[in-house]
Amino acid sequence: MTINTSRRGFLKGAAAAGAVLVVGIRPNGALAASGATNLNPFVKIGANGSVTAIVKHFEKGQGPATGLSTLIAEEIGLRMDQIDYDFAPSNPQVYNNTLFGPFQGTGGSTAMANSYLQYRQAGAAAREMLLQAAAQTWGVEVSTLSLQDGIITGADQSAPLGDFVELASTLEAPAEPTLKDPSEFRLIGNPDVRRLDSAIKGNGTAMFAMDLHLPNQMVAMIARPEQQRATAVSFDDSAARDVTGFINAAILPNLAGVAVYAENTWAAMQARDALDVTWDTSNAENRSSDEIEAEIRAALAAEPTYNVNQADVAATRAAIEGAATVVEDTFYFPLLAHAPMEPLNCTIEQTADGKIILHDGAQMPTGPHMAYAEIFQLPMDQIEIRTMLAGGSFGRRAPPSADYQVEAALAFIMTDRTRPVHLVWSREDDLRSGYYRPAFGHKVRVGLDEAGNIVGWEHRIAGQSIMKGTPFEAFAVHDGVDHSSIEGTADSPYQIPGAAFGLTDTEKATSTLWWRAVGHTHTAYVMETMMDMAATAAGADPVDFRLRYLAGDEADQQRKAGVLRLAAERAGWGNAPAGRSQGIAVHKSFGSYVAEVVEISGNAEDGVRIEKVTCVVDCGVAVNPDVIKAQMEGGIGYGIGHNMRDQITLTGGVVDQYNFPDYEPLRISDIKEIEVHIVPSAEPPTGVGEPGTPPAAPALANAIAAGSNNMRVATLPMDDNGVSFA
Amino acid sequence: MAISLTLNGKTHAVEAEPGTPLLWVIRDELKMTGTKFGCGVASCGACTVHLDGTPVRSCQTYIEDVEGAEITTIEAISEDRIGAALQQAWIEMDVVQCGYCQSGQIMSAVGLLSENPKPTADEIDEYMWGNACRCATYQRIRAGIQRASEILEA
Repeated sequence: MTINTSRRGFLKGAAAAGAVLVVGIRPNGALAASGATNLNPFVKIGANGSVTAIVKHFEKGQGPATGLSTLIAEEIGLRMDQIDYDFAPSNPQVYNNTLFGPFQGTGGSTAMANSYLQYRQAGAAAREMLLQAAAQTWGVEVSTLSLQDGIITGADQSAPLGDFVELASTLEAPAEPTLKDPSEFRLIGNPDVRRLDSAIKGNGTAMFAMDLHLPNQMVAMIARPEQQRATAVSFDDSAARDVTGFINAAILPNLAGVAVYAENTWAAMQARDALDVTWDTSNAENRSSDEIEAEIRAALAAEPTYNVNQADVAATRAAIEGAATVVEDTFYFPLLAHAPMEPLNCTIEQTADGKIILHDGAQMPTGPHMAYAEIFQLPMDQIEIRTMLAGGSFGRRAPPSADYQVEAALAFIMTDRTRPVHLVWSREDDLRSGYYRPAFGHKVRVGLDEAGNIVGWEHRIAGQSIMKGTPFEAFAVHDGVDHSSIEGTADSPYQIPGAAFGLTDTEKATSTLWWRAVGHTHTAYVMETMMDMAATAAGADPVDFRLRYLAGDEADQQRKAGVLRLAAERAGWGNAPAGRSQGIAVHKSFGSYVAEVVEISGNAEDGVRIEKVTCVVDCGVAVNPDVIKAQMEGGIGYGIGHNMRDQITLTGGVVDQYNFPDYEPLRISDIKEIEVHIVPSAEPPTGVGEPGTPPAAPALANAIAAGSNNMRVATLPMDDNGVSFA
Repeated sequence: MAISLTLNGKTHAVEAEPGTPLLWVIRDELKMTGTKFGCGVASCGACTVHLDGTPVRSCQTYIEDVEGAEITTIEAISEDRIGAALQQAWIEMDVVQCGYCQSGQIMSAVGLLSENPKPTADEIDEYMWGNACRCATYQRIRAGIQRASEILEA
């Protein structure tokens, strides 16, 4: 790591600001510190000793505000009640996700993975500078001093770190700050560390983007067409004019809808309902989900376009033809909506000097930042994005198109820009006008020999690519294969003899988007229910059967086998109480290994009740164990709830669902208990936001099969395909 | 129409059309944003407030029907001993994730513990069924309610 050694800025800044120590990186990537404010910091320390972590990832509940603060507090030597956090401004050079390149954003369960060393280094640099300043002040060797609980101690003295901020802010950042040895950790890995955002979220003071009321703001809602790609031709707002608080309506410059402006949200909702819009549907999407499903099923019956793992497909087929037993099934996964609890919204304003400010629960700040530079024809530094708390996302706040932020900008540019505009979506907008987990189909044939071992696994996948045609195409698509369509299959740690994976892209039918765990949402279901079916056909225990294909000595197999064994042990695998059935699944995603055992009572015909889910996760170093447990609990609920009973369907291009009654969320009564175990590990931290989701539904499906005469659900959701729930 | 609202012990004079949901008066007129908009059709519970001590969905409660009633929102529930116990338990158990539904969860849970100080897990499930949490924090909500029950018993 190289250091910016120009002292001029530091000294100047130190004289001006005096009592603030900031440590961060320069746009060239060098770790730097200064008393000046011209540095974009990861940590800011005031003269009163107040320490603030500057969090570059947004907080949608997955825990980075607590997590990145933990890293800083650990390395400085603070208690968690001695640190606070702020969200970083949008800056793709400094606050980028290091796994995304020069792009600031949260996704792919990478927040901790890409921040772990960066934020620890910033905290360690701050500690060394504060200790150096104390050593100079006291005239002692720095090695005699220590910093813990915010107090510097040594040479028979002690003082709070705030006493040394002024002097420390004149020092240069160490080139290679020494990170704490894991044996010294007090906070990282400590299960008693609590979230920093619990209190404000329990007393109503947490500020989500929806809660912003800027002085003189208008609320805008958009009348959108029922079919994608329809365009607005004209509208009649005579009825809307009777709504108290209605201001105006105007067709968006891109014709994608009609913006309705009002003094408050309720007036905007009513006025929009009263608007009569004429749409041009000549180029609109008019397909139904039945047609999408038929196209996918037809693709599965044909030779795949892409041979994903360059398999000898003929040899695989020959092996299956010659097998003693063949197990096969065809799967279908419907469109799914993300439906975060806080409907999409953001507020845009223009300052007196012409700057644009976006207030948003911004998952990918660089996306709207770049879009705004284009829309407003402004340099990036004239646009500010203020990240607020987000009421969930599951991927929805991060479309490459920056759809809702662009909508807000278009609604804003049609005004005289004297009033801030708060764009608000309703739940109906969210479910009907949105982006969806694409529908996918899989067709799998597995051949087993006389001994019940796999001799061939032919696996076809068909569905709509998420990444093609987006800025992420170069990143995610290789040799035509969109990795997000097949992740969790050919790259699985399983060592399956004669495995052949093929992919066919189907036509674009609607807007699709990554949805918590992306491709793994369908691939894990197929891999893990097929493994179960093969185990049953082989007369083998499902855990033992899987372990045959995880016998390799690479870490990938060992870690996956490790969580599988531990989950079986913790769940009392094979010893379910009378009347109960168990199912297991194990899957690697986003670098983490998760095994889950679902234990149910009842059966598909009489009603299934999910009594318990036991989960084991290996995600490397567990920075905040309780946050990790919470993410597993939430990920399990997300996977199970949707696969139990949710789907988005289209009739003539129009979404059939309106609101939660038609897209019933998981409810508190659906899962009676979840128990999570974390595998101790010294490996670098990997994802936790998504990996809990993929194994949940197949583990449930396998439990249902075990309790229902081997009944298999291959078309989802379950309650639409023969499973009733108690 | 001019309406006199009693909210968290204070009286507010507000101007609103009949048929306006209480939710939007609380949020947009009184700027008390702890009460959330989630669905608008009483299907998620994020907008739960108390009307004379009983949890109601403020998105389906109309302004003309609440004149003279005592309305309590999350901002004042810590003054209630059950509310305070639940908030303490919520912090102890780190119930929240995104947090957007949690005002409503706590307001409903106050209603539950007022009626039933020591609910079983199934009783909690039955009472709290209408409060959706898309982050699926349910198991901690259940544990948080049981913990609050213990706090109140002590």
